[in-house]
Amino acid sequence: MNFENYQTDSYYDELFEIGGRPRTSAAPLIDRIKSMPAGDLTRQQKAAESEFLQMGITFTVYGNKDGTEKIFPFDIIPRIVPNPEWKVIERGLIQRIQALNLFIDDVYHDQLILSDRAVPKEVVASSFGFHEQCVGLNPGKRIWIHITGTDLVRDKDGRYYVLEDNLRCPSGVSYVLENRNVLKRTLPQAFQDMRVKPVDDYPHRLLDTLRYVAPVGADPPKVVVLTPGPYNSAYFEHAFLARQLGAQLVEGRDLAVVDGTVKMRTTKGLERVDVIYRRVDDDFIDPNAFRPDSTLGVPGLMEVYRKGRVTLANALGTGIADDKGIYAYVPHMIKYYLQQDPILPNVPTYVCWEDAQRRHVLDNLDKLVVKAVNQAGGYGMLVGPHSSKAEQERFASMIEANPRDYIAQPTLALSRVPVIVEDHFEGRHVDLRPYILYGREVYVMPGGLTRVALKKGSLVVNSSQGGGSKDTWVLDEPPMPGKKETN
Amino acid sequence: MLSRLADSLYWTGRYVERAENVARFIGVNLNLILDTPLNGHQQWQPLVVTTGDAQDFERRYGEPARDSVIQFLMFDADNPNSIYSSLQKARENARTMREVISSEMWEQLNSFYLMVQGMAHKPGAGLETLETFCRNVKMLSHLFSGVTDATLSHGEAWHFFNIGRLVERADKTARILDVKYFILLPKVEDVGTPYDDILWTALLKSASASEMYRKKHGRLQPVKVAEFLVLDREFPRSMRHCLIQAEQSLRALTGSAPGTYANLAEQRLGRLKSDLEYADIGGIIAAGLHEYLDAFEAKLNALGDALFTVYFLPQAPAAPGPDLAMERMDQ
Repeated sequence: MNFENYQTDSYYDELFEIGGRPRTSAAPLIDRIKSMPAGDLTRQQKAAESEFLQMGITFTVYGNKDGTEKIFPFDIIPRIVPNPEWKVIERGLIQRIQALNLFIDDVYHDQLILSDRAVPKEVVASSFGFHEQCVGLNPGKRIWIHITGTDLVRDKDGRYYVLEDNLRCPSGVSYVLENRNVLKRTLPQAFQDMRVKPVDDYPHRLLDTLRYVAPVGADPPKVVVLTPGPYNSAYFEHAFLARQLGAQLVEGRDLAVVDGTVKMRTTKGLERVDVIYRRVDDDFIDPNAFRPDSTLGVPGLMEVYRKGRVTLANALGTGIADDKGIYAYVPHMIKYYLQQDPILPNVPTYVCWEDAQRRHVLDNLDKLVVKAVNQAGGYGMLVGPHSSKAEQERFASMIEANPRDYIAQPTLALSRVPVIVEDHFEGRHVDLRPYILYGREVYVMPGGLTRVALKKGSLVVNSSQGGGSKDTWVLDEPPMPGKKETN
Repeated sequence: MLSRLADSLYWTGRYVERAENVARFIGVNLNLILDTPLNGHQQWQPLVVTTGDAQDFERRYGEPARDSVIQFLMFDADNPNSIYSSLQKARENARTMREVISSEMWEQLNSFYLMVQGMAHKPGAGLETLETFCRNVKMLSHLFSGVTDATLSHGEAWHFFNIGRLVERADKTARILDVKYFILLPKVEDVGTPYDDILWTALLKSASASEMYRKKHGRLQPVKVAEFLVLDREFPRSMRHCLIQAEQSLRALTGSAPGTYANLAEQRLGRLKSDLEYADIGGIIAAGLHEYLDAFEAKLNALGDALFTVYFLPQAPAAPGPDLAMERMDQ
């Protein structure tokens, strides 16, 4: 297969320069693909897909009583991130995670950033993510956000921007690890020649992180993964990670609070649990402390947690910084806590509770993307350029009625990567979600999940809306000198 | 091991075994009809009695007839003991313990389920298809059993699975004998006729016991048939053999020595097994085979209760009442 008719159009393409010449970093890969016999790549892609289905690397389709599972669509052409570019991302993410962690700790203690007016008090007080129950909590080592999956996007100008922080229970890392397994088998030569940085040590590092924050005296700490159960769309990942960590996968009903500690029910009696990597949201984790109708959680867990006798990862209360209204102030946090300029910028964000900004938003509804602060995954959104007058008017009145609930951002022209479409390649829009672990130090997985909008022209990369994934190759060094130049 | 997973393994063993037994009952019956003048109600009613669902059946379908009984026992999603429901629950259980069972087990059970599901959505199948279906269910159940034995370490997980499989098998052998023995027995006029042989052979075949019985006893004699299904030490579907094997798995969990018990479940199973070891068929029939089988099933249920309190819901803050345990047995 070749790239003769491949068009980058007017977008930033991750593998090709404008005019169709491969980027230096991607040249060995493009060479390799061109040299593969016709049909080989599509065959490999099909083989990978059927392997995913066989291995049950699937997500559950909600509302289907036969328990149908689908594979997360996968495209075999990797996305390439050159080393210098990656170094900036890595430093930017470490900086951002440190600032966010300090912010969450501050918000649930002295609230210095609020009294110093670097972030408006009323924006925090009115946030859906602020939990009164979490005030005064002291998670081990003062680490709140052990696992983050930050969404990055790249605009037409080639700059990376942070789109969302995802500080609660980010999912998708299992696809990164499985995609990598497939790619190592499909393109071993290119993989080796290009010196791709490994991601396979993620489970090991995750376990280290979880053990590092275990309650004092737990030696060795008993770590479990808490899942809402097999009907959750990410159940495969929960089971996968538990297997990789060598940890027990538990549901809420397997755990109980007995004598001031968390225990799991086993055939040999009750066994103490020290660290819970929980994939259950705050609201459902303890019916005594949060939603009383939750059947997924463990009654009394919050009390044990407050006393520091069990660790939850991530900590409770981190959702405060997933509020898109709070997101707007992360650059302020970086300056306030670290006295640094942000390395990775936010997408420019207008907050509708500031009068001047709201006026700008209302005047430009046809150009901007409006988002509800408490929603994610492409819901509760107005994409200005693709919207009707009626939709714009509906959003205008909602913004006027509840300005605190909305922010707006310019419509970004997301960067593209080639995907296989039948017998040729076409460009599709992508984002990038690297995973970050905060334990003894902050570790950024070199790579991450590249989500791709498989529908032509679509900007929505979510799996629920026709999105797929790709492997992400972060290169260790620029391609070695002496390699054949492509032209 | 998590109590929930032990429970799931036990029930996976039971559900798959249950589906196999129901398929065998139906398969034998489909065959039998071709050779006997009995028809309609007489032939099909015992099947819903055997699976213990006669009341539910009559409420929803009325008089038992071939098509309705087949629909009810094979494909009815509202009958919790149908082949379809059993496989669906077994698969759901397996899905929650993918990290405990082997991939081979999961893949095999998954395709087994998909085969049954495919048939369930094709109503009105002809006789040939139904017989093939019954044979497939039996073979896929054997395959699942074999895959499990050959790919899952024979540790705690396997023992719970094995106990479930054997308890279900003992229960079904007891039920088929109970229901058929008395239908067959009073037909004095048939004694010595070809019918007699055909009907008793059908009973043995319902427990896959026909060939093994003939090897051991040769001629068909009602008392010997009962003895074979209840007390034979070596036949893998006899009640006694099932309990001998189940007891070994149960003991392996705690390591307690033969003749002793470490918990209520071991005590109950040990008693029930000893009872079979020292029984003789003459005594059982004199005291009433039906009463004996009835009591056996009740004791098997009590064993299930004990497993539940000892292993599946241990030391929970609120002790389970006997009602909760009984309800669980009906699963």
